[in-house]
Amino acid sequence: MIRVVLPSHLRVLAGVSGEVLLDVKVPITRSVVLDELEAQYPMLRGTIRDQVTLQRRPRVRFFACGLDITHNSPDAHLPQAVENGTEPLLIVGAIAGG
Amino acid sequence: MSDVRLLVGTKKGAFVLTSDAKRERWNVEGPHFGGWEIYHMKGSPVDPNRIYVSQTSSWFGQMIQRSSDGGKTWEAVGNKFEYDGATGTHQWYDGTPHPWEFKRVWHLEPSLTDPDTIFAGVEDAALFRSTDGAQSWQEMAGLRNQGTGSLWQPGAGGMCLHTILLDPSNAQRMFVAISAAGAFRSDDAGKTWQPINRGLHSLYIPNPTAEVGHCVHRIAMHPAKPNVLYMQKHWDVMRSNDGGDSWHEVSGNLPTDFGFPIDVHAHDPETIYVVPIKSDSEHYPPDGKLRVYRSKSGGNEWEALTDGLPQSDCYVNVLRDAMCVDSLDPCGIYFGTSGGQVYGSADSGDHWSAIVRDLPGVLSVEVQTLR
Repeated sequence: MIRVVLPSHLRVLAGVSGEVLLDVKVPITRSVVLDELEAQYPMLRGTIRDQVTLQRRPRVRFFACGLDITHNSPDAHLPQAVENGTEPLLIVGAIAGG
Repeated sequence: MSDVRLLVGTKKGAFVLTSDAKRERWNVEGPHFGGWEIYHMKGSPVDPNRIYVSQTSSWFGQMIQRSSDGGKTWEAVGNKFEYDGATGTHQWYDGTPHPWEFKRVWHLEPSLTDPDTIFAGVEDAALFRSTDGAQSWQEMAGLRNQGTGSLWQPGAGGMCLHTILLDPSNAQRMFVAISAAGAFRSDDAGKTWQPINRGLHSLYIPNPTAEVGHCVHRIAMHPAKPNVLYMQKHWDVMRSNDGGDSWHEVSGNLPTDFGFPIDVHAHDPETIYVVPIKSDSEHYPPDGKLRVYRSKSGGNEWEALTDGLPQSDCYVNVLRDAMCVDSLDPCGIYFGTSGGQVYGSADSGDHWSAIVRDLPGVLSVEVQTLR
């Protein structure tokens, strides 16, 4: 299972607490994980990436295993530790005041 | 006995304020959607318990929330706003072409006859419609493709379609207003549109009397006289007696004719309200005095309404969607400020009091009169 940590606003929106667990088939990429996340939680469509272009929203970032993987290709494999569930994929709202 | 429900959108959530018809004691409920900007909330005139909300965030984009029980519970519904076909370009602040990009929903206008039909005015300026209770949205592209879109440009707040008026006497007729393009009218239920800006005079555009480019802040209509329109423009308060075919200025003796909201008394189509604000950049009341101005003559002659409003050291703004009137008699008037106060008057503006003082900055106020 893939573990995903949502930012607090999106946890409220999705009605979840703690991590979200997703059963995702290989190859495990960010695109595939987001596809499954949005399929299970349709209210999250458009909040992490644009619904039409699938571009990441500018103030959303992705962290995993202590690394910022925001600018990796959405079709690149996620780190092994995320793939095997040892580490979560963190979806983070950028720090931007207000 | 009637009740009154105020739907208040703020920079950090939505609030629902309720009272009985006396409008003296208020219950404040919220925040709903805490931390999100609530640009607008509005209930269906056919089914007041059906309420639609524009919930938006610079981080997480646009959400639409819907309630079917008067705001007790909410459901996230469709938030896919896809322009129809090639988007083309509008003018950017520096006059260069800039592609249309969806940013947020500024205004939601439920149908007068069907609780599942609702219109959305968005930034970058376009009009969308849903006929399935906001589950899905389709652009009414005749507006954006009307022919002048390449000349539209953003106001300071963005290039937003912020006003949608539905003519209760003619289902084919609707009006919209865009900053900074102007006002537009459709006479075929939104299929085709024409600019209705003749008579406007705007010194901040190269041709002050151009067909489009005017920064219209708000237009208002009384349902009993839908051919009479009132407009608060970036500067100037304007009136049209012919459904927007022509406009004339009615700023009269206002201390400044800049402002954002304009509204019409529920029972007198010739009584109108504005909140004069200093500009071009101050955007606070003149002399630190928060005054609503009322004209009982459809413009030109204005009186300051001050009783109960702060008359010193007040430097708040009142945004375009942040004033409304109820339909009780006497008519109630409400407005919210950038400082988080919501003021109300239960006697057509003669006396005011703060319903609540310390909300986040108010973006919009709508009222429902519940019978």
